[in-house]
Amino acid sequence: MKIVVCIKQVPDTTEIKINPVTGTLIRDGVPSIINPDDKSGLEVALKLKDKYGAEITVITMGPPQADAVLREAMAMGADKAILLTDRKFAGADTLATSNALSAALRKIDWDLIIAGRQAIDGDTAQVGPQIAEFLDIPQISYVKDLDFDGETQFTIKRETEEGYQILQAEMPLLITVLSSANKPRYMSVGGIVEAVEKDVLVLGAADIDADENRLGLKGSPTKVYKAFSKGVKSAGEQFEVEAEEAVGIIISKLKEKFII
Amino acid sequence: MNFELNRRQELFTQMIREFSDKEIKPLAAEIDEQERFPLESVEKMAELGIFGIPVPVKYGGAGGDNIMYSIAIEELSRVCATTGVIVSAHTSLCVAPILEHGTEEQKRDYLPDLCSGKWIGAFGLTEPNAGTDASAQQTTAVLDGEDYILNGNKIFITNAGYAHIYIILAMTDKSVGVKGVSAFIVEADRPGFTIGKKELKLGIRGSATCELIFENCRVPKKNLLGKVGGGFSIAMKTLDGGRIGIASQALGIAQGAIDETIKYTKERKQFGRSISKFQNTQFQLADLYTKIEASRLLVRSAAFKKDTGVSYAADAAMAKLFASETAMEVTTKAVQFHGGYGYTREYPVERMMRDAKITEIYEGTSEVQRMVIAAKIFK
Repeated sequence: MKIVVCIKQVPDTTEIKINPVTGTLIRDGVPSIINPDDKSGLEVALKLKDKYGAEITVITMGPPQADAVLREAMAMGADKAILLTDRKFAGADTLATSNALSAALRKIDWDLIIAGRQAIDGDTAQVGPQIAEFLDIPQISYVKDLDFDGETQFTIKRETEEGYQILQAEMPLLITVLSSANKPRYMSVGGIVEAVEKDVLVLGAADIDADENRLGLKGSPTKVYKAFSKGVKSAGEQFEVEAEEAVGIIISKLKEKFII
Repeated sequence: MNFELNRRQELFTQMIREFSDKEIKPLAAEIDEQERFPLESVEKMAELGIFGIPVPVKYGGAGGDNIMYSIAIEELSRVCATTGVIVSAHTSLCVAPILEHGTEEQKRDYLPDLCSGKWIGAFGLTEPNAGTDASAQQTTAVLDGEDYILNGNKIFITNAGYAHIYIILAMTDKSVGVKGVSAFIVEADRPGFTIGKKELKLGIRGSATCELIFENCRVPKKNLLGKVGGGFSIAMKTLDGGRIGIASQALGIAQGAIDETIKYTKERKQFGRSISKFQNTQFQLADLYTKIEASRLLVRSAAFKKDTGVSYAADAAMAKLFASETAMEVTTKAVQFHGGYGYTREYPVERMMRDAKITEIYEGTSEVQRMVIAAKIFK
């Protein structure tokens, strides 16, 4: 099985501070990370590789520095990496991004495409589904869990606001994965040593036969009306307990804060 | 001259830092309190290849370097000094001597399982009457046909009881002094080899520190490490490398303590403002921060020299001396900055202070480091 995982390099929003005077984000010194939903998407691919064998290619579109997240993905266990980078891609909205990514995906073989649900810096959840539309393949978004029969069929648990849907689908297929689907593995030491030596395939606009009018700022109909950062929430506390015990914990916490 | 980490060292730092914070830190207080060897952490570290960082891939290692290894011990020790020393004793004191002095057959027999973490390693040099005077070895190894027969006791052995492979120093010829010391690779299941009393310690309480007892323990000739009579030299070289590990551990403890202190002094308010606003706090922490950075440069420099095959014994001694004394100073002051809270087990700095002390003692006391450094100056 050939799997492509689409990943994005994003600023670690948990480390971002806000300038109290101007209200803008201070990005200086903020580390870049693999978008969390994408990292869980990669973990889904790695689990399939562990169990059934697979060749995993990671692909990202971004500036040359995005090479770092591809190396990290290879250190976790991905086999190959593609970096789409070109000034012509700059300023792309989700439509232009998915257009470029799907053009690149037409150049390689795959049975399954995995993307994260959404990126923590844009929160649109559009790129994955748009790639599936461009490639004209079935898609299942908001994937929480996935089973494979070892041949062609996937049984997929999809999380919705009302509950779960259990769906079956065959390859070729695109899924978008939730970060809550799994706990992504760490890079291994040997994986790191190998990953920095591996080649990353670098592709520009000319290499993917895409219509240049549909790339970058030129190909982006989206106009940003207003940008704002989500309110900062504290990490909170998590308890893995049975429902009955959970009720007790909730009540005591509410009492502690004088809410009830 | 270049003070930057290379790409793999950078990527490795990112991984080990996250791993330490998420997997090791949550257990640190518990294993200290319970004096419990953290087998679950050993398993997690094994999966990632942390037990064979500076070992070539052909022997089952990760193919990394000693700077990466030093960063690993620092980052693990920043959150849990016990976990740091488990990896340090394993790598520096067991894996390294086999890699550096073993035959091709010994490397192939032992290194893959040691590097994968299936086996843990340990090292036995210290005896009740052979501490800083390590040459006063009383454990004997007498050749009998195809075997050596070992008799004697080793004390204060890190990883004892949990280790599968021990590097043991013993006298093969008492008449020639240190030239009569030989090194052996001893498997834990050899008849006649038992684990004695477990020490109850001030710090690094999750690490196992026990006595080793050899009573007519037969070890085949092929387990001799290096040449007959070459053991003392192997032990001293092994400790040179070990000092990079312990210096890294001390550095990590100091960094962990100052991180906690910076956080605390920002949060703690007295006289209507954060205590971080007081010049006393700022100046003291500035001094400590500088010493920690100086320790880091000494540690990295010693590791770099080991990686490049340059003689590094005095560098490792200086790194260990300075880093361990810095760790003791930083942790003691960290407790002071925390005041009464710092003295309680609610905060990790009291543990860090207890853990720091051993770094001035084991793998050569501070006094031994000064002897090694002086020997270089006055040679």
